[in-house]
Amino acid sequence: MMYRELRSHIISLLNANTRLDGRNFTEYRNPIEVEQGIIKTAEGSARVKIGETEIIVGVKLEVGEPYPDTPDEGTIIVGAELLPMSNPEFELGPPGIQAIELARVVDRGIRESKALDFKKLCIAKGEKIWMVIIDICPINDAGNLFDASSLAALAALQDTKYPEFDGEKVDYKKKTDKKLKLEKTPIAVTVIKIGDKFIVDPDIEEEKVVDARLTVSSIEDGTLCAMQKGGDYPLTIAEIDQMIKIGIEKGKELRKIL
Amino acid sequence: MTYKQRIDNRGFDETRPIEAKVGVIARADGSAVFKIGNTWAYAAVYGPRNLHPKFLQDPQKGILRCNYNMMPFSSSGERVRPGGSRRSKEISLVTEKALLPVLDLDEYPNSVVDVFIELPQTEAGSRCAGICAASMALADAGLDMKDLVSAVSFGRVDDKLLVDLDYSEESYADGPVADIPIAMMPNSGKVTLLQMDGEVSKEDLMNLLEKAKKVCMDIYEVQRNALREKYHEVEE
Repeated sequence: MMYRELRSHIISLLNANTRLDGRNFTEYRNPIEVEQGIIKTAEGSARVKIGETEIIVGVKLEVGEPYPDTPDEGTIIVGAELLPMSNPEFELGPPGIQAIELARVVDRGIRESKALDFKKLCIAKGEKIWMVIIDICPINDAGNLFDASSLAALAALQDTKYPEFDGEKVDYKKKTDKKLKLEKTPIAVTVIKIGDKFIVDPDIEEEKVVDARLTVSSIEDGTLCAMQKGGDYPLTIAEIDQMIKIGIEKGKELRKIL
Repeated sequence: MTYKQRIDNRGFDETRPIEAKVGVIARADGSAVFKIGNTWAYAAVYGPRNLHPKFLQDPQKGILRCNYNMMPFSSSGERVRPGGSRRSKEISLVTEKALLPVLDLDEYPNSVVDVFIELPQTEAGSRCAGICAASMALADAGLDMKDLVSAVSFGRVDDKLLVDLDYSEESYADGPVADIPIAMMPNSGKVTLLQMDGEVSKEDLMNLLEKAKKVCMDIYEVQRNALREKYHEVEE
């Protein structure tokens, strides 16, 4: 196994009830900062910092045609690029599997929670719809891109205003006062299993020695809306139970920041 | 017709407001952000580090690799499709050539210095902002440098010679326009990037190049102050 020494070091810390940076198991790095409306060229934007991890998410709205099977619904598209600027291990090129997974996990949290009512994104049934395009750009990857990206995507959506549309063309120079309405606030919390311990908000070192992870997206009332298990090792049902519990609890805490 | 007044009331020789800061990306070996008006560039430097694939290695000296990328939401119009365009590839190339003269990579055979320039928001002058950020990030990475590189676009709109064209000036329709991005090594006054599109007389171009010396020196001061701000405490 790679990182054998790092792993045994992290595990011995966890057994002593602490972590590399002295945090509790279910403690996020401090401070968590959310800044909205930072990009003038986007219809909505946010910068999220969790410790040293920093992400910018921008939302663009475009007019397109609906899918034939949902003629009265708009849609969302989530893209993530693991910019080589943000991490020495990221390389230039088309999105790899890591970036694709990140984008899809963020996508499902928003889509499946019904945070956006797709019917309200319809302009003319069968003809014109709004496409909400959410792009995730990490500035500095110091761990836990999943939770930071989900939070930033939600914050950027909260900030989004429609541009002017005259039925033919979108005028991106003119934003209207009309906001994109969010029906729910899905929050993703990734719970990590290393050895027999569960932690949240892993840093870069901890991410290298993960046995399993479970990203839990939940809405205000604790209903789950999306999940993703990752990592090379299996989880018992009892472990999943515990991880979901942590996910929902921490989700409630993170929601207060928005 | 004559171009009388700039849209934001700037003087003809005045740049938009500039802000610069180094050490903004913790994981990079060197980093900087450079903002000029609504144009906003990050640069991160990684290296000198081992170069893969091996056939790209130069056993005599290290190589410089630059990549210029607009974030998908950075344009005032439609979303920019990710993945790079012919335009961004060309800008990456000229950025590399603009920075190379200040570096001495002889000591790093088989290695690469990677410079990643990312633009979260643009409104004209993005390649120049990227070059300014990149040269600060190279200095922040602790590389030996002969000088910084300072860059800004110049131009001619109608009968006026202007510094730092904004979007409305680049697309001015009522008269001839020339857009001339210039990068300089401010201390020697040598030019490391020169592009031009539009129409301009040789005399006007020469005037602009003379003007560029002074303007680049002003930008250099901003860049140097940003570096001082970070390294000031270290020196004391």
